[in-house]
Amino acid sequence: MLKKFIPYIKPYRLAAIIGPLLVFAEVVIDILMPLMMASIVDIGIKTSNMEYIYRHGTIMIVLALIALGCGAFSNRLAAIASQGFGYQVRQGLFDKIQDFSFANLDRFSVPSLITRLTNDVNNLQQSVMMGLRMLVRAPFMMILALIMVLSINRRLSMIFLVAIPLLAFSLYFILTSAHPRFRVLQSKIDRMNTSVQETLIGIRVIKSFVRADHEKGRFKESNDSLMKSAVHAVSLVVLNGPIMQLIMYACIVSILWFGGNMVIGGRLLTGQLISFITYVTQILMSLNMLSMLFLMFTRAKASADRILEVFDTDIDIVGKKNGITEAADGSIEYRNVSFRYPGNSMVDDLNQINFRIGSGEIIGIIGSTGSGKSTLVQLLPRLYDATEGEVLLGGRDVKDYDLEALRNAVSMVLQKNTLFTGTIRENLLWGDENATEEEIREACEAVQAWEFISQLPEGLDTVLGQGGVNLSGGQKQRLCIARALLKRPKVLILDDSTSAVDMATDAKIRHAFKTGLKGTTTIIIAQRISSIEHADRIIVMDNGFMDGIGTHEQMLESNSIYREIYTTQLEGSLTA
Amino acid sequence: MSNSHAPQSQKISMPGPGFRSFEKPKNASRTFTRLIRYIGSNPLKLFIAVTLIILSSLAGVLATWYLKPLINGIKEGAQLSSLATSLLTMAGIYLASVILAYVSNLMIVKIAAGTSNCIRKELFEHMMDLPVNYFDSRSHGEIMSRFTNDVDNINMALEQGLSQLITSSVTVAGVFVMMLLLSPFLTLFVLLFLVVMLWITKTVGKKSSLYFRSQQKSLGELNGIIEELIEGQKVIKVFQHEQHAREAFRKKNESLRQSATEAQTFAGILMPIMGNLSYAHYSVTVMVGAILAINGRMDIGTIAAFLQYTRSFSMPITMIANQFNTLLAALAGAERIFEVIDSPVEADNGTIRLIQKKEGVNMVAGRNDESSALHQLAWEIETDGGIKSYVPLAGDIRFNDVTFSYLPEKNVLKSVSFYAKPGQKVAFVGSTGAGKTTITNLVNRFYSIDSGRIVFDGIDITHINKSDLRRTLGVVLQDVHLFNGTVKDNIRYGKLDATDEEIIRAAKLANAHSFIMKLPNGYDTVLSHDGTSLSQGQRQLLSIARAAVADPPVLILDEATSSVDTHTEKLIEAGMDKLMQGRTTLVIAHRLSTIRNANAIMVLEHGEIIERGSHSELLDICGRYYELYTGATELA
Repeated sequence: MLKKFIPYIKPYRLAAIIGPLLVFAEVVIDILMPLMMASIVDIGIKTSNMEYIYRHGTIMIVLALIALGCGAFSNRLAAIASQGFGYQVRQGLFDKIQDFSFANLDRFSVPSLITRLTNDVNNLQQSVMMGLRMLVRAPFMMILALIMVLSINRRLSMIFLVAIPLLAFSLYFILTSAHPRFRVLQSKIDRMNTSVQETLIGIRVIKSFVRADHEKGRFKESNDSLMKSAVHAVSLVVLNGPIMQLIMYACIVSILWFGGNMVIGGRLLTGQLISFITYVTQILMSLNMLSMLFLMFTRAKASADRILEVFDTDIDIVGKKNGITEAADGSIEYRNVSFRYPGNSMVDDLNQINFRIGSGEIIGIIGSTGSGKSTLVQLLPRLYDATEGEVLLGGRDVKDYDLEALRNAVSMVLQKNTLFTGTIRENLLWGDENATEEEIREACEAVQAWEFISQLPEGLDTVLGQGGVNLSGGQKQRLCIARALLKRPKVLILDDSTSAVDMATDAKIRHAFKTGLKGTTTIIIAQRISSIEHADRIIVMDNGFMDGIGTHEQMLESNSIYREIYTTQLEGSLTA
Repeated sequence: MSNSHAPQSQKISMPGPGFRSFEKPKNASRTFTRLIRYIGSNPLKLFIAVTLIILSSLAGVLATWYLKPLINGIKEGAQLSSLATSLLTMAGIYLASVILAYVSNLMIVKIAAGTSNCIRKELFEHMMDLPVNYFDSRSHGEIMSRFTNDVDNINMALEQGLSQLITSSVTVAGVFVMMLLLSPFLTLFVLLFLVVMLWITKTVGKKSSLYFRSQQKSLGELNGIIEELIEGQKVIKVFQHEQHAREAFRKKNESLRQSATEAQTFAGILMPIMGNLSYAHYSVTVMVGAILAINGRMDIGTIAAFLQYTRSFSMPITMIANQFNTLLAALAGAERIFEVIDSPVEADNGTIRLIQKKEGVNMVAGRNDESSALHQLAWEIETDGGIKSYVPLAGDIRFNDVTFSYLPEKNVLKSVSFYAKPGQKVAFVGSTGAGKTTITNLVNRFYSIDSGRIVFDGIDITHINKSDLRRTLGVVLQDVHLFNGTVKDNIRYGKLDATDEEIIRAAKLANAHSFIMKLPNGYDTVLSHDGTSLSQGQRQLLSIARAAVADPPVLILDEATSSVDTHTEKLIEAGMDKLMQGRTTLVIAHRLSTIRNANAIMVLEHGEIIERGSHSELLDICGRYYELYTGATELA
């Protein structure tokens, strides 16, 4: 797993390597200090050699200042490397998501992708930083200190044969039992979040039914169980510190006992005993540091897994290399097309669809929710790939096209559409970066948007909030259509894109299409018969099957579903 | 002897709150005292925990103190038995320190979790009482981050910060006293060192908070762009805008990298500086100590112990400096939370309550012919003299010259007047944004009107207790919201004590029974994620059933615009019709059948009622209604 993240730290490899090396210098000095101190005590004081004390003391001060420099610089390098690493991983994730197909996007939900890009990357980056600072330091320190204790007194060092396995075992115990508890904790956090989110979404319903107390009770449940899990998980982690301390203290006491015996027996010097204890503390401290790091890595591993999940996703739709770059015309053909959404194993979402549409035709698609209308048209710009059969544009299989060229030829206004932060003009230019003022105006006029745009104080340069919050639903929809029109596509697909536009305006837009979009194949998905009855031909979808295709009159005559929709809507709706 | 083995050194100091987002608190001291009240909700427990922490750290200091006589006693030819006694005492102190540390840690964890729990609870409960317009102006993410990020910051400060802060302070103080006792002369150097340290901490702290702020700003911007772009990812793909998106993202990502590198540099730099400065100080102490020893003015044990203290001095000071960041983050979080808790709750000056009608009490304007349960209720009005009078609940609604605006100066409704007598049906038609939905939001007092009066059964609704008012209104909204839970639970939302029979009866009335029976577990089928597994039409049927089980005298319906398949459409229509029977109904109508059956139709345009009358009357005057109506027929 670690290997997969190496490329992301590569641009900062110098910092990532030199940083720990400087830590090494710091550690060497850490080790030398007690040694020099011991020599001052054992030699300097004993022989009353003032010069010796001065010389060694000065060397110690200089060493400390060098270590300071090394430490500060290596800290800086760790910051550079870890933040750079975070930057690379984040960018890599984002770039990868840009390549995702719709099916890929569906697999991860939007909020989950957002959490991965933010929270998970941050977790990982934090661990890298701590790792760069500590992970090298701790083992270095331990090894050097071990060498020191061995060189001071081999027999006394035997204590580690007991202490280290004990430490390792307790760490293992804590890590393995903490991991599942933290997973439970995480899910409890999710539950509490869901509870709050649900309340926020349903606040009007709650208030209408005067159910505040009921909701408070429900929240209390998830809140209390979150508290219990938190205590359950964290109380295990706080065991770590005392256990480490206990073992360390036990070591010190035993060393004082055995070492004291040796001193009394004349086999060890007092100074040696003092520095021995110092090294022992250092060894145990490094082990403790390692255990903390391991605890942290256990938490970060969950994040790393989630990030890798995105990286390891196979992009299931890629354009053909050197594919066709220009569609001959806007004619469309579906040959025996069947489709099934990934993960939906039971039934096909589209069944054996066959039809041909001539270039420039206006086609309406109608059918109940879930009948496969949107699915049908999404196969054309290869938002999804047909599981069986062929989809042809301009007489050629869509899979033979260069993906960018295909999607430029087929402009689609999605059901759930978005405007982005920026001016109206910037949003419209998504369709064509080089569109002139005149072209923008034409497109806006065609979708009946020019009137309201020109009434805005800043006109086209009015800044929209995220998602176009300052516009009404109908206005947003019209801008989205204008944006699609600016692409001047061979095929224009409107997926229920005028649901919030009132009927009169809807009619005007359709009229404008009929006159202004000559030669462009237009596919309109709608719920209202009035939106599609004037189309050249109408497709009725039912349960994944194409129930019929033909003109309004033909369909009224021959298609029972169409007739039923027509009669209900005739007596049904009045306004929108 | 070097390096510490005092208890606080057992924890690796984390470099401040890292990437947890926080801003600087604005009024730290006030927020702090308020926060303390939450933490101290069980003062005894907190007191015990703090005492234990203090004792534990004192024990650590004491154990080090014990080193001096111990080491001095270890000489060639000394008595083994005296060494054994000293060691046993030392082991005892150590053991006590460890046990105290563990117990106090456990207590702190519980206190922290309890405090978070309590804050979240209060936050949620207050949130439930906030007026609707509070939620209009804030994103869900913004409110939710208080439950997670902000509470977490407080939790973190408590869980780690509190004990570290106490331990570190005690250790610093204890160590200082010990050093003073050991050698006042050597302590002078400690003071010098301390001055240098404080100066460095202050300088670094200033820089650090500066860069932290710019890191938080970049992080906020990056999160913003992530949310927007990922949310619109499908649109990006359709428009081949991936390259632009990458570029926009890269810019924000890069600016975060730069500011974060600076911030993290300063956050972590205290550790190596302090640690190594303390080594320099240590070296000076060794030299001076050695000279003193040679002159016979100090023994080796004292030097050893003093050196030990020197090392254990710098660590807790660095800790305190680092914990300060955590504390700031917690205070900033607490401030954001208190801001919600301090927002004024929905005002309710209504004193008129809804009560069960009693036999033999004086009814004003009695209309006692109804038999349904709801008509056994009455409004209880208490006059100044304490005399109670009762008005039977009937469902008469009147708007008198109602003017309303969401934002000042932009009237959404202008002098709207209409009435609906008990059992009557009033339909509202008009284009989007004409103010139809606003009318329904005013009846249940989601918003307060600017001028005019809304009168319910002859009583100004501002005098009616809000909860009681809403209980009499059944609302079926266009966007149906379903909760996590079973189908049964969702219907029962209308009346919490409804029996299963009542629920099934309501579902049958709403025409929802047949589809519910086809679900895998019938009424016990669990709906999750806002019931996304159900179709739009089924959701509407459930929402009708929910209103039916509540059995309110007044209905407010917002008919859905999104069409559903023909069969369901018919079911909904029939369900709605049955529900409306015998109830006063205000309906935002999109269906012709609803409109035809209405006693009166109000045509709204720009917040004004421009036409009113029955279907045929309105057609006769050839106005806006005629236009809407014929426009539709021409197209249909």
